[in-house]
Amino acid sequence: MENYISIFIKSIFIDNMIFAYFLGMCSFLAVSKNVKVAIGLGIAVIFITLITAPVNYLITKYLLSEGALSWLGESYASIDLSFLSFIVYIAVVAWLTQVVEMTVERYLPELYQQLGIFLPLLAVNCAIMGASLFMQERDYSNVGEVVAFSLGSGIGWLLAVVGVAAIREKLAYSNIPAPLRGLGITFIVTGLMAIAFMSFMGITV
Amino acid sequence: MNQKESLFSSKNLKLLTAPFNESNPVIVMVLGICSVLAVTVKLQPAIVMGLSVTIVCGFSCLIISLLRNTIPNRIRIIVQLVVVATFVILIDQVLKAFAYQTSKQLSVFVGLIITNCIIMGRIEAFALGNKPLPAFLDGIGSGAGYGAILVTIAFIRELFGSGTLLNVRIVPESWYIQNGGFYANNGLMIYPPMVLILIGLFIWIHRSFNKNLIGK
Repeated sequence: MENYISIFIKSIFIDNMIFAYFLGMCSFLAVSKNVKVAIGLGIAVIFITLITAPVNYLITKYLLSEGALSWLGESYASIDLSFLSFIVYIAVVAWLTQVVEMTVERYLPELYQQLGIFLPLLAVNCAIMGASLFMQERDYSNVGEVVAFSLGSGIGWLLAVVGVAAIREKLAYSNIPAPLRGLGITFIVTGLMAIAFMSFMGITV
Repeated sequence: MNQKESLFSSKNLKLLTAPFNESNPVIVMVLGICSVLAVTVKLQPAIVMGLSVTIVCGFSCLIISLLRNTIPNRIRIIVQLVVVATFVILIDQVLKAFAYQTSKQLSVFVGLIITNCIIMGRIEAFALGNKPLPAFLDGIGSGAGYGAILVTIAFIRELFGSGTLLNVRIVPESWYIQNGGFYANNGLMIYPPMVLILIGLFIWIHRSFNKNLIGK
């Protein structure tokens, strides 16, 4: 149990998708103008990550990795399909995004309007794809750990996007040099927030 | 429209060079910041990454442009992803075979080229509606414009963060405080937050020179 909690906390604060790996920056920059929209997209990201990473874990474990097909019989034991993992992962992510998009359109039309193009673009959101790839890279030992990790990284993304959106709403009233307005200052604010997040593990300069 | 265009007519050349300045994918269009800035601690992985993105982007645009009249509109995203993913798998296998150390350093970020918005963006915005040659040049140009930013940032980070370039020592050992000198590496440079601040500064400088971009 302790193990799961430590993975969960670590993936929210220390291995934060945005502040530590810059994943999901495109939609992050676009939706972080407004807190409400940011929360909506953040929840969609949590949901999709929470399902895709464990599903991809099971696919990797029972279909793709070396010797994974041995449950089919002796002659399959030597097959290694791990080079197919990228294409399988992106297919799973794209499929689930499509499902979420149709669900949101049917039951929450207002949110659907607000999110606009960014909901279908979640299929190419690096934070979601990144969660699956990190899952593969870090070799988690069972599904429980993967669930804790994917929930944590989804929440970390939500936290980052909502925090920066709240700051940007206030920034609209400040006097910033013209060339720095908009994008430039957003990057610098995100950088400063990332330094704050880094202090969760301590900084040695 | 039947007039034959030379390989490097001024229009095609413009496609190739515009991404370096006024339509740079990173600091103007803000695409593709997602995956790859984490590889800019050292110069060498940044160069490899820039090249990989350029190759994937160019050839995906070429293939999509060749197929553009046969892809049904409704399923185009999936087709695009499959084409891009195929090239990324090729790059990944080549890197694993010939540059294993670098491929380890890049870790998941090679796979994340698939979800790099520059590639999808150029395919959607340009390759789907243009002939193969311009599409190919546009893809190469965008990838290279992206690589240019990547390499510049890696240059600054490696020089000030570790005092080396391509692992060759630039700042002499004797300058360091522990050897009786006056110099210390800027440790903050090797941490991720500095990238965001550096890009913020780049945008500031770039927009000071290109006034028409201000206020978007």
